[in-house]
Amino acid sequence: MNPDFLILISLLAPFAGAIGCLAATTRPRLAAGIAVASVAISLAAGLGLVAATSGGAVHAVHAGGWSAPFGIVLTADLFSALMLAVCQLVTLAALATGLAVLPDLWRRRHFLPLVLTLSTATCGAFLTGDLFNLYVWFEVLLLSSFSLMAVLRGDEGRAGAWRYVLLNLVSSMLFLGSAGLIYAKTGSLNFADLHLRFAAAGDAYLLESSTVLLFGSFAIKSALLPFAFWLPASYPHLPPAIGALFAGLLTKVGLYALFRVFGMVFATDTFPHRELLLILAVVTMTGGVLGAVSQGGMRGILSFHIISQVGYMALALALFTPLALAAGIFYLVHHIVVKANLFLVAGLVERRFGSSELERTGGLLRSAPWMAALFAVPALSLAGIPPLSGFFAKFMLLRASLEVGDAWVTVAIVGVGLLTVFSMLKIWSAAFWGSTPEGGPALKQSGVAVAASVVLGVVTVGIGLAAGPVFALAETAATGLLEPEVYLDAVLGTGNPPVPTITTTP
Amino acid sequence: MSVLLAMTIGLLVAAGLYRLLGPGRLDALVGLILLGQAVNLGIFAAGRLHHNAPAIVTGNMGPTTDPLPQALVLTAIVIGFGIIAFILTFMLRSSGK
Repeated sequence: MNPDFLILISLLAPFAGAIGCLAATTRPRLAAGIAVASVAISLAAGLGLVAATSGGAVHAVHAGGWSAPFGIVLTADLFSALMLAVCQLVTLAALATGLAVLPDLWRRRHFLPLVLTLSTATCGAFLTGDLFNLYVWFEVLLLSSFSLMAVLRGDEGRAGAWRYVLLNLVSSMLFLGSAGLIYAKTGSLNFADLHLRFAAAGDAYLLESSTVLLFGSFAIKSALLPFAFWLPASYPHLPPAIGALFAGLLTKVGLYALFRVFGMVFATDTFPHRELLLILAVVTMTGGVLGAVSQGGMRGILSFHIISQVGYMALALALFTPLALAAGIFYLVHHIVVKANLFLVAGLVERRFGSSELERTGGLLRSAPWMAALFAVPALSLAGIPPLSGFFAKFMLLRASLEVGDAWVTVAIVGVGLLTVFSMLKIWSAAFWGSTPEGGPALKQSGVAVAASVVLGVVTVGIGLAAGPVFALAETAATGLLEPEVYLDAVLGTGNPPVPTITTTP
Repeated sequence: MSVLLAMTIGLLVAAGLYRLLGPGRLDALVGLILLGQAVNLGIFAAGRLHHNAPAIVTGNMGPTTDPLPQALVLTAIVIGFGIIAFILTFMLRSSGK
């Protein structure tokens, strides 16, 4: 199929699904069918896009036929396509689990349309070709996730949701403000056009002062450490299916924006604020994992692990070599699947014991060995044990750091890896070894929820076994970011005709 | 005119930040609204300030304003309004029960 159609389908399918679900609120089965089908269609379109762009091609849709720097443009290169496909896979798994296990309360409160608008917004953020539309998609994403979060119960949950709302809105303000400043200084918001203008800008110093606002905004959204405290305050209170969705998608969209905007749009030989990102990344890795070690509940541990892993991916961007960027993209793909799966398994454990606090669990290895296996795959992968996907991600990152020659970065990667193993062992020994605690409601496990977890586990093993081909894809995607000539051609037209600069007197 | 606008933006940001750091949730909301207005004015200023100039180029090439920032501000205002409505609902819900 024509890749331009695939771009539109992947974006419009979940949106149409959201409208369909709103129309079918009185018929829950129909609505569920529509929701699953629309995400599945979008996933298929995403996979089609991966196939269409796997050679390094870039496809762009110019909305309304307006030529590039003036009109709205949707672009799909391999990086966007990979992210889109993986995110839709995780959305599908979380959606199926949510339908199967969430109490009716969640379904009544427009659970399905909100998940679908969330899905639309993630696709939009991956496909958009300009800064302002990225802002708009972020807002759609945030409003959908706020609304899903607004049903949180209990004082702690509400305080967490409030913190999430507030910090992310401040981040949006920073984003919007910096978009305005960048437009004032360059006269463009289109990614391709901005890249050309930034490279040609004589007063790059002035432009860098505006991009620092953008940096702060993305740092809040992707949960880099001094800005990450909304995440452990809110995520642990979410029900597991929603937690899996948020853990898989939200911070990763922020990271995608960091990669796209700083790794490509504002990148020349280096990019603005690279040293700052390097330091923040290492702080995030270390601080996140130390937070995880100090936690006493599965969800708390897993939430802090998101922060720690975000640090790894930000580090890959900060090293900014072809190998490091490829490792970063590989890490993103692997991490989204693994993290969502861990939250799903935490949900299974919770149904077994009525809680996922570690002191109230135990003995799963004997009573439910299949659950232990389901947990072991993503946990070992997250920790970076060889045959699984996480090992290759960490290994490539380690190699990239050795090539760059920053010894302290290498030490941080290895040290944080060890602490990750330690905190995973903590979950393992408390929930899977030991004796089964008395009491607790052992709810019947839902087949769909188990199947969703199995599918994600199989994908993790698959990425590990096919690490070579997947890493080759990541390398192509990284090349697309570092040498964006194909991207520029696809968006602006071959030869990039010079854009007339409009000079206005102040 | 630019100076006046710059000072207004600065004042709004200062007031917004002050309220944002205040103790209550309502403080934070007021702070966010003020910050939002500051940002909107900032984008508006990004298109340069002209007096009595059309936003659409017609046959005679006189001075024109840049229509894009105005479109951006419009979008930002709409989004900001929706978000404020959402937060108010959220606050009502969490204080009600």
